[in-house]
Amino acid sequence: MSGTAVMRFRQPSVLPGFGIALGFTLVYLSGIVLIPLAAMILKSAGLGWAEFWRIVGDPRTLAAIRLSFGASLLAASINAVFGVLLAWVLVRYSFPRRRLADAMIDLPFALPTAVAGIALTTLYAPNGWIGQFLATLGLKVAYTPIGIVIALTFIGLPFVVRTVEPVLREFDREAEEAAATLGATRRQTVFRVILPSLLPAILTGYALALARSIGEYGSVIFIAGNIPYVSEITPLLIVIRLEEFNYAGATAIAAVMLAISFSMLLIINLIQAWSRRRFGHDG
Amino acid sequence: MTVENMLVPSAAGTAAPNRYEATSETRGVRIVLIAIAVLFLALFLLLPLAAVFMEAFRGGIQAYFAAITEPDALAAIRLTLTVAAIAVPCNLIFGVAAAWAIAKFEFKGKSLLTTLIDLPFSVSPVISGLVYVLLFGAQGYFGPWLSAHGIQIAFAVPGIVLATIFVTFPFVARELIPLMQEQGTGDEEAALSLGANGWQTFLFVTLPNIKWALLYGVLLCNARAMGEFGAVAVISGKIRGLTNTMPLHVEILYNEYAFSAAFAVASLLALLALVTLAIKTFLEWRFADGIAAAGRSH
Amino acid sequence: MDIRIENISKTFGQHPAVNSVSLEIRSGELIALLGPSGSGKTTLLRLIAGLEHPTGGRIFFGDEDASRKSVQARNVGFVFQHYALFKHMSVADNIGFGLRVRPRAQRPSRREIRARAEELLDLVQLPGYGERFPAQLSGGQRQRVALARALAIEPRVLLLDEPFGALDAKVRKDLRRWLRELHDKTGHTTIFVTHDQEEAIELADRVVVLNKGVIEQVGTPDEIYDTPASPFVHQFIGEASSLPVTLSNGEVWLADRATGLRSEGNGEAILYFRPNHIEVVEGCSGCIAGVVVGSRRVADTRRVEIEIGAGRHRVEIDLPVGHPAGEGSRIAFRPTRWRLYLSGASENAAPRKVAVHA
Repeated sequence: MSGTAVMRFRQPSVLPGFGIALGFTLVYLSGIVLIPLAAMILKSAGLGWAEFWRIVGDPRTLAAIRLSFGASLLAASINAVFGVLLAWVLVRYSFPRRRLADAMIDLPFALPTAVAGIALTTLYAPNGWIGQFLATLGLKVAYTPIGIVIALTFIGLPFVVRTVEPVLREFDREAEEAAATLGATRRQTVFRVILPSLLPAILTGYALALARSIGEYGSVIFIAGNIPYVSEITPLLIVIRLEEFNYAGATAIAAVMLAISFSMLLIINLIQAWSRRRFGHDG
Repeated sequence: MTVENMLVPSAAGTAAPNRYEATSETRGVRIVLIAIAVLFLALFLLLPLAAVFMEAFRGGIQAYFAAITEPDALAAIRLTLTVAAIAVPCNLIFGVAAAWAIAKFEFKGKSLLTTLIDLPFSVSPVISGLVYVLLFGAQGYFGPWLSAHGIQIAFAVPGIVLATIFVTFPFVARELIPLMQEQGTGDEEAALSLGANGWQTFLFVTLPNIKWALLYGVLLCNARAMGEFGAVAVISGKIRGLTNTMPLHVEILYNEYAFSAAFAVASLLALLALVTLAIKTFLEWRFADGIAAAGRSH
Repeated sequence: MDIRIENISKTFGQHPAVNSVSLEIRSGELIALLGPSGSGKTTLLRLIAGLEHPTGGRIFFGDEDASRKSVQARNVGFVFQHYALFKHMSVADNIGFGLRVRPRAQRPSRREIRARAEELLDLVQLPGYGERFPAQLSGGQRQRVALARALAIEPRVLLLDEPFGALDAKVRKDLRRWLRELHDKTGHTTIFVTHDQEEAIELADRVVVLNKGVIEQVGTPDEIYDTPASPFVHQFIGEASSLPVTLSNGEVWLADRATGLRSEGNGEAILYFRPNHIEVVEGCSGCIAGVVVGSRRVADTRRVEIEIGAGRHRVEIDLPVGHPAGEGSRIAFRPTRWRLYLSGASENAAPRKVAVHA
């Protein structure tokens, strides 16, 4: 392009259909996603600061947000550890039914959340297959916050595995050999060379799992017990407020959750931008 | 393959434990790690899946078929299929249009647009339902006008369709965009230079190039559309036989302590998930080159 | 550190990559392992490093049997073709890595490691680059960092696997000269792998020519070039043409014509000569003659392709640029330096050298 001051909106192309494709995209995107979300934000803004903070600052709301965050952080952490282990085993080792195991990883994406919810509840209920075993140890899982963590671990399981897998597969094996020739033990190579290289991918997967968990509803409500202040997650509180026709309450809490979602999205993008700059590849 | 090639550490050289002799774990460590992984998968994935089918058949085959052929169940199945039959084609058309604009042209604000398309994935399903209640519900922005004209959107099928479109919004687009970006515009330019018009170019050149990714996106879109719970729960009003989709029907049965019936309907959804996974794996295995985003998380 | 390799073998599945190779390397030597792809040169280097375990044979570092030691314990500096730098570490951290992973008792202090990295950056002519990351460096700079990292552990032997293979021609030439200077300065026993004969001949004290897992010849660049020990070496190093000939009555015959070359022995043989080692002869009584089928300019000479006799064998010879021979014209010549290898009964049997005329 010559140094003209006027930048074109679009660079010229011989291909047809730009106008209609982009036009349809924008109309559809606006109609389905942007306008409804904007309406919700508008509605919550209409509450005024005082009313907004009264709803959000309500102890029951705060307890729900704290629970959603805490359980999600814990579940995402469990998934970070086991996700890396699973990715490692699936990429590096060969064992019978490896392909099947790899395909199964996506089950939580494919299985409807309500189905996952009732299945996990049945397993972990005091008389369930796993629950009765844990009950003898004095551990109650279903209808407690532990149950919520179990459900969120299930939901978030694929994220870390699927972000780490491709990076690990393309990891330069020569770098490991270089570490070995420099005298590093296997353990040193794993913890100082391989895992730090996987860090952006692990963080991305962690953030994705976290974002998904905080908003998760279907798989959690069956196993949670839904006791206010104890095992009531934020999305459920929105539904409860809605069923009480308390639209203001539902909207205010939803706005907070939306803000959290957007922050997570921003964090994920920042991690990937950082990783691209530093390592020259995506996390 | 020459020896030299065999020795170059290749990205694909994953399942060859006998190479990289100096930099692999001992047999014992390998076995322990594999055991932990398999145990974890069995506990978290296989067991819940098995539980669904075990519980579904607990009352016997006859009770199972009674549960899935009972009128409310059939109505739920019919509604789920209807909703998917509307939502999936909508997002398919949108996905192709968005990918055409984003992948084949350079324009300002492109990356912002790509981010906005992904937005519904980071929104809680409950919020996805809520936004339509706020727009079309009795107290919503358009509520009074709609009820004055006798149009029902919230707590009715149109609302369910809208919420489903919202949650499955990015599926097709995000499979197509990276693939079409990778493919560039060379093929289309060649077709145009040979005298094809725009529509012919798309039909005979672009479409064959993206068909597997398209199928892949539709597959995932459909699975989510049929299985969506949170968004639909908020907007449906859960009226039996009228606005109950299969996942909602599962919830109602479960809450009524009709466990076997709940799991019977759930087993149909689980079957859908398994079929989806099988086709997905097959596509990734057979047409990896035609699916740019294969193996990526969503 | 001198290195002695005794009957080392390595088999991948059914495929012998290195087949009973023995080699002695003197302390401070710069050795090239040269061969085509699949010759086993990289495998041999990796066996010396300990990155592969031999199927048979032993490797000695000095008097010590290194083949029993792990790669970590061998203390070798290994430089990879694609650098294998740690992408998440700065240049200085890459160089210091080998020191940082030492057991606590042998580990230098942070400050010492830092100082050592600075010192090595000066040595590889990248002063001030310590804080950068590998992604911010050019290919040539990365390879120099990789070398500095290998030198940081004060290796007993420096091993380089196609060190310049991934670089473009100009950078490769500069780095080659620079590596030679560095070797002369530090005096490490150095072994490098290459498929580029020019690189091997220009850089190495001695060249080891490998083919199909066995050593064809070991010698100085002059020996390898001037007195190749086998048809393979003859063809692999420099340019060579070959013709099937017959030996009888002390003369070399091409079909039923005398070539004017004399040799002992009887039977089928193959004649090798280089394009520039010929003389053009007028009027042929004992010569090789043929029809010019093509020619091209190569540096200061004209390389002419000639088709000879009924067998339609093609050979190449160099003529002065101004020589009038055009396409289709007849030309007669005689090799001035040449070698003969007996064909033997079977194709696979190693040809026996029968005559050398230099």
